[in-house]
Amino acid sequence: MITVKNLSKTYGSFRAVDDVSFTCRPGAVTGFLGPNGAGKSTTMRIIAGLTLPDAGEAHVSGVRYSDVPNPGTQIGVLLDASAQHAGRSGREILTIGALTMGLPMSRVDEMLELVSLTPEESKRKVRNYSLGMRQRLGIAHALLGDPKILMLDEPANGLDPAGIHWMRSLLREYANRGGTVLLSSHLLHEVQIIADELIVIGNGKIVAQGTKDELLASAGTFVRATDPSALASALTSAGISATPSGEGGLRTDATPEQVGAAALQGQVALVELRAAEGAGLEELFLELTASTQREAVTPEGANA
Amino acid sequence: MSTATPIKVDTSRPGIPLSRIVKVELRKMFDTRSGFWLMMSIGIVAILATASVIAFAPDSAIQYGSFGTAVGVPFALLLPIIAILSVTGEWSQRTGLVTFTLLPHRGQVVWAKAIVSVVVAVVSMLLAFAIGAVGNVLGAAINGLDPVWDLDLGQFLAIILANVLGVLVGFMLGILVRNSAAAIVAYVAYAYILPGLLGFLAATQSWFDDIRNWIDFNNAQGPLFDGSLTGEQWAQLGTSGLIWFVIPMAIGVRFVLRSEVK
Repeated sequence: MITVKNLSKTYGSFRAVDDVSFTCRPGAVTGFLGPNGAGKSTTMRIIAGLTLPDAGEAHVSGVRYSDVPNPGTQIGVLLDASAQHAGRSGREILTIGALTMGLPMSRVDEMLELVSLTPEESKRKVRNYSLGMRQRLGIAHALLGDPKILMLDEPANGLDPAGIHWMRSLLREYANRGGTVLLSSHLLHEVQIIADELIVIGNGKIVAQGTKDELLASAGTFVRATDPSALASALTSAGISATPSGEGGLRTDATPEQVGAAALQGQVALVELRAAEGAGLEELFLELTASTQREAVTPEGANA
Repeated sequence: MSTATPIKVDTSRPGIPLSRIVKVELRKMFDTRSGFWLMMSIGIVAILATASVIAFAPDSAIQYGSFGTAVGVPFALLLPIIAILSVTGEWSQRTGLVTFTLLPHRGQVVWAKAIVSVVVAVVSMLLAFAIGAVGNVLGAAINGLDPVWDLDLGQFLAIILANVLGVLVGFMLGILVRNSAAAIVAYVAYAYILPGLLGFLAATQSWFDDIRNWIDFNNAQGPLFDGSLTGEQWAQLGTSGLIWFVIPMAIGVRFVLRSEVK
């Protein structure tokens, strides 16, 4: 279990982490979602004792990380798969980890096999690894000490779709055996695939947290008409506030029944009317991303 | 949202012993191609230095002391560089992220690296003396002379001590700067430029000449190699060592223990 309480960290005048509290429970994969620079990595470094917080505390199974004896055997951490000496082979990196933790060398081969790095690949220098291979090596390193808790920063970054599904089943099994998993991502769909619970962070603050089902369900209605302005005025005259969503659609907190009645009243022909699954989360996330986005949002290539 | 019963980690379980970290740090010195050849260069430099004494020294200089001096000059730079890189690599290669995650008590890592640096320096010096001894026998035989063993145990230990002090200063600079190039430049400045500057200052400014022995670490080390030290000389070693080693080391270690690892 990972418990974070009122954590804050400021760099100069920049508040990277702002009063963040959450709990990751055993048996679940918790996704830590937020745009780049939202404070995910800083929070994770604080949990792993690499960064001192200005306020608040982070506990791993009830104690501070630095008080965990031989921490690699309790909590497996992957913070940056590329932070390795490029001149070491993957096998050597795992060997150093196993020696440090005092593990039998057989763990090295077991972990290489678990993450599907072949014996030949494991002898190659890490500088010749793709990002996906580095991530697999990093996950192998995190699992080396057979820990009960896993904390992975952007582990799916660089993995191909097959790799992401491989990781999902790996983490799923791990959580089903009672393990605790905290993994971060800046991509909503990635987290949707892998996580059971979500913590959404933006500008250093937690903006939403709960189970994936809760967050994806709490969405309201999505509605679309051939004449969007007529629809908008129909909703307004029915006292329903709505915001533009997607291509020519509107999203509102009202129920589909209320929206349908309003459309009938205003004599607007609808093209689409449905419960907006996940749209709430998606829009929340887009809003977060937009405020930290460096480029203006343009219709084309906005997803690049 | 969580109702799970908190599981507590048993904090009384044994941690990671220093001896194990020393072993791992020693391995990390050898396990990359650059690290491996850096370590190999110790033997290669010793052999080259020994061979050049045999090739170029006049008959009168074919004696053990010459071999010791020939090896000592490159080693005075090489061994501190090895110590520097063992520290700065954690930052320049960003391996510190993993090292300090597995070993959150960073002081242990600093100790292990210091121990390994000193052990490597001492073993290297013994190896160099052995190679020098072979060179001395060989050189004498080639030139038809009797081998001259002009180093006594005291001098032998003094040379090792001088190198260990150099390694510790290098190690300190690595801890203080945490950047390979900057730390090496700082060491070169300390070992080769600073003595000249302080010497010049002492020669031109009498006030400095009066206090030089109290603040010039290199100068204060001099008597160490001549054997016995007076009480005042010990005190001078203490004050100058405080300025050039203890204080910067304390600042560097404090930073390493508290700084953010990224």
